[in-house]
Amino acid sequence: MSENIKIIKDATCTFCGCVCDDMELHVDVEEKRIVKAKKACVLGKAWFLEHTIEDAPAAMIDGKEVSIEEAIEEAAQTLVKAKFPITYGLSDTTSEAQREAVAITDYIKGNIDTTTSVCHGPSGLAFQGIGESTSTLGEVKNRADLVIYWGGNPAESHPRHFGRYAVTPKGMFTPGGKKDRTIVLVDVRKTKSSPVADILIKPKLGKDFEVLWALRALVKGKKLADNIEEITGVPLETLEDLAERMKNCKFGVLFFGMGLTMTRGRHFNSGALLALATDLNEFTHFVAKPVRGHGNVTGADNVVSWQTGYPFGVNFSRGYPRFNPGEFTTVDTLANGHADAALIVASDPASNFPKKAIDHLKSIPVVALDTKRTETTKDAHVAFKTSTYGINTTGTVYRMDDVPITLRPAFESPFPDDESILTGIKKRVQELMIAKHQATGASGEAKVAAAFTPL
Amino acid sequence: MAASMRIINGRVYDPTNNIDGEVKEICIKDGKIVDSVTDDATVIDAQGMVIMPGAVDIHCHIAGTKVNASRKLQPEDHRHDVHPGTPFTRSGTGGTVPSTFATGYRYATLGYTTAMEAAATPIGARHTLEEFHDTPVIDKGFYVLLANNIFLQQLLRDNRTEEFDNALAWWINATKAYTVKLVNPGGDEPWKGKKNSNVADIDEKNDEGLSPRQIIEAFITSVDKQGFPKPPHIHCNNLGHSGNYTTTLETMKTAGDMRVHLAHIQFHSYGGELGKNPTSKAKEIIEYVNEHSNITCDVGQVMFGKATIMTADAPLAYVLKGHTKGKWINADTECESGCGIVPFNYQEHIFIHTLQWAIGLELFLMSKDPWRVLLSTDHPNGGSFMSYPKLIKLLMDKSFRREEMKRVNQSALDQCSLRDLEREYTLNEIAIITRAGPAKVLGLKNKGHLGVGADADITIYDEMEDKEMMFNAPRYVIKSGHTIISNHEFVTDFTGKLLHIEPEYDNKIEEVIKPFFESYYSIEFSNYAVNDDYLHDHEVIPSGKV
Amino acid sequence: MIIINGDSKQGKFVVENLILIPGRSSKQGTTLNQGKLKDAYKEVTTTLEMNQDDMDRMKLVDGDEVRLKNETGETKVRCLGKKPEDLPAGTAFIPYGPPSSELMASDTAGCGMPLSKHMIVEIEKILS
Repeated sequence: MSENIKIIKDATCTFCGCVCDDMELHVDVEEKRIVKAKKACVLGKAWFLEHTIEDAPAAMIDGKEVSIEEAIEEAAQTLVKAKFPITYGLSDTTSEAQREAVAITDYIKGNIDTTTSVCHGPSGLAFQGIGESTSTLGEVKNRADLVIYWGGNPAESHPRHFGRYAVTPKGMFTPGGKKDRTIVLVDVRKTKSSPVADILIKPKLGKDFEVLWALRALVKGKKLADNIEEITGVPLETLEDLAERMKNCKFGVLFFGMGLTMTRGRHFNSGALLALATDLNEFTHFVAKPVRGHGNVTGADNVVSWQTGYPFGVNFSRGYPRFNPGEFTTVDTLANGHADAALIVASDPASNFPKKAIDHLKSIPVVALDTKRTETTKDAHVAFKTSTYGINTTGTVYRMDDVPITLRPAFESPFPDDESILTGIKKRVQELMIAKHQATGASGEAKVAAAFTPL
Repeated sequence: MAASMRIINGRVYDPTNNIDGEVKEICIKDGKIVDSVTDDATVIDAQGMVIMPGAVDIHCHIAGTKVNASRKLQPEDHRHDVHPGTPFTRSGTGGTVPSTFATGYRYATLGYTTAMEAAATPIGARHTLEEFHDTPVIDKGFYVLLANNIFLQQLLRDNRTEEFDNALAWWINATKAYTVKLVNPGGDEPWKGKKNSNVADIDEKNDEGLSPRQIIEAFITSVDKQGFPKPPHIHCNNLGHSGNYTTTLETMKTAGDMRVHLAHIQFHSYGGELGKNPTSKAKEIIEYVNEHSNITCDVGQVMFGKATIMTADAPLAYVLKGHTKGKWINADTECESGCGIVPFNYQEHIFIHTLQWAIGLELFLMSKDPWRVLLSTDHPNGGSFMSYPKLIKLLMDKSFRREEMKRVNQSALDQCSLRDLEREYTLNEIAIITRAGPAKVLGLKNKGHLGVGADADITIYDEMEDKEMMFNAPRYVIKSGHTIISNHEFVTDFTGKLLHIEPEYDNKIEEVIKPFFESYYSIEFSNYAVNDDYLHDHEVIPSGKV
Repeated sequence: MIIINGDSKQGKFVVENLILIPGRSSKQGTTLNQGKLKDAYKEVTTTLEMNQDDMDRMKLVDGDEVRLKNETGETKVRCLGKKPEDLPAGTAFIPYGPPSSELMASDTAGCGMPLSKHMIVEIEKILS
């Protein structure tokens, strides 16, 4: 370790959707690495301490090192040439970069989707049907006296969720911290989160919907079937007790994870939970919140929504955005064999998608941006190694509750950031598309387009 | 493109400079209106056309957290109304809550060159600014929600007036806002903390001993003292409730002779008993406005068809959910704000909806000073900004108005005076309520007029008998000297700039705010204020007492 | 639950159907920061947590290699016992990674997401 240590206060960890912005980073300026990350959880420590500068080419075409300019040119050509180019990923980069990725996809009339589709996509669909009573995390800290986690294991996936936002912190109307709250955990398996709970509920596997629907019925004063325990694995008294607690709390919150969205029922499960939280507002103040995974997946939802009107699974092939989950979502565009080129930003579908989708991905030209070598970048036609958001570059990240936070970088990286690569590709793609438009259209409009370069 | 230009032969409506339809040459250089230009300037022949300053929307909801939640909520609203891109403009989707690009381009296609987002949470300011950067053509700014800010209320409770003034100015600076927005002052705490209840009376005191009136008075006084270019923008208590006009009158009285702007006043002009059908109190409200020159308002006209209710007034949205029985969003912002969203549909056959429509028109038609009673639909709450041309026709064409009146609920019309109102707005008055008036209320000295030194934001319409058609499709739109629309076609893209203010404050106030922040917010104090990277193109409008 | 007992040339083997729940774990999270092509991540994502009673019945001990198989594909992982009260009988947990992808069907039933937390797989001990 060198003696040149710089301290960055109130830095932000972008590893998970908690986006904790109270990090104190100790940076070895000469060695270009973070040597200490105070306040970081186990995941955050790994995130900060393992992101060192590796000696590797910034840009490669088919595994051979090239200049960044050459790689941008090849990326743009590849994407413009394709008939059904797809853009995917985006949850681990800044919203500034996300905006450029949507722009590229718009210009090339491609298909854009984010990791939301394989994470809380079903919750997004449920949201469109039901809406959502929700709040920022500070309101949970200040007010919540009943906190329910459903189908999630924050102790391992979001380690500071309990301590910083929802269980132990002392808030305006919860001065006693955990003493002032009742914590309920609903999960089919015991996890490292279980010890935090005052009440543990273990439904039968795949019976979340039934449990939620039973609670809705109880909240509305309906009688349940006698065999409810047989169906759900949860005793009637437990359900009745929970329903009463929910109706009588001052400020209740339901956090839900992928144990709900990825299992049998999918968007129906999320919908049942959102509907339950909505119903409870007849009696008290009640909110719900999906516990989002990646650092800026919420930003991806926001950016794609404000630019297109839809949160994910968006296709521009007709020259305007269309939304169809199940068709324009990435597992589908790949597994169906529709995609003929891919721009993958800050994501590694080649290591966690279904096998059939991975097989197709490996058969088409891929342009990939990532901070590290992954299954996706290693076989990419054009691969960019980029700097890490929140460690090397600033930009905006949206926390799981839509609160936007500006990142404070710790040290400079020799590699460019996602935004600048994507801006380069965007400019080139737009030039190529205008040229293509002129060649095919040759209309007055095209001439006008050529005469006025975009400002 | 930002070279010099000369617009000849057009009839000019420039109320600020007392030009009412005279044929006059307009010269542009470097994005500004100038006296003259050299002979090599581009010439636009506006023979048979009407030239107006670019329009200014003083109250709309176009960017930020609640707007984006509304977009996500309603895929069905976008599908029927797509917005194709071109090689040099971006695509998008429309409906009542268009995507950012569609919002900017569509405002431009109506001749609007400036629009103000009327309610953004402080903690969401970055989000609003990011969306603004993706909202092309128009200049824009936002009003920041501060009336339910718990820290500011604590300062008021403790009579710490000087610190209140400083903290208010700090918050404006920290968020890059244009002015302060008050929404249902005092109503958040009962909603969030008392099982979804609300404050009912302007003089009802909360647990801290503070009433809505005291909050309103404090903001009006502080803004007046600090000389913001735009007075506080107030969404009164009891919006939408029968009998609320007394609250509205009391709110106006609270201002004394200080400037105040009341938002979407139509929604606040109802008589009758709470919980029962409303009656029109447009006359009582507009008479008060007419007689008090310190008061300005925008109407918040209801237009039939789809709308999206989006408001920081969460209890109101919950009431409406009770009617629609459909999807609903509630979104609480820590220590600062509430929010409710409900997709809505105003229908001609429904008594209340027709009455709301009629009250809006009554307010317009009984207004004596167009400079102070401005055009808005509270987009998208009363209807989309895309319905402004139709609204203009309703105001300018009494025979059209009569035709429209045949289609609506007649017993609602029996309850109000709309049938008796014969007034027709002139083009000059339209130029006032959509341009000169809003710019004046906003304190934007370079907008809303075509005098030398003004921003070259110009709309050129073909003069037509059908005013809806005329205002729907300007032949030319010029923004900051750039021709954006030429012969009805987009010819270039343009970003537009942020308008904001930077009132002075004593930065010792940060030390006062910080401890509260560390205890009750969930992000760090040092990460709260928005830095200058988010400004891009921007203009600081001066504040301070003259 | 289907249990097939039989003989093979190598000796007695057991095939059962399990419900596989892939998910995140903190170790998966920390090791992916080192790099997904590094050994630590590979080890985490090839470790299958099982109900100890299930393992005992199938005569499996910690570290045994098992083959997981379904209509989509198959993969080899090593198993690790969990207390029966922590993980219900008939279920198994694995951190997300390439092995879970091998078994994940691509049909999203119109919602964009594969059914990735409720996968029915056959488990078979690999005899060495």
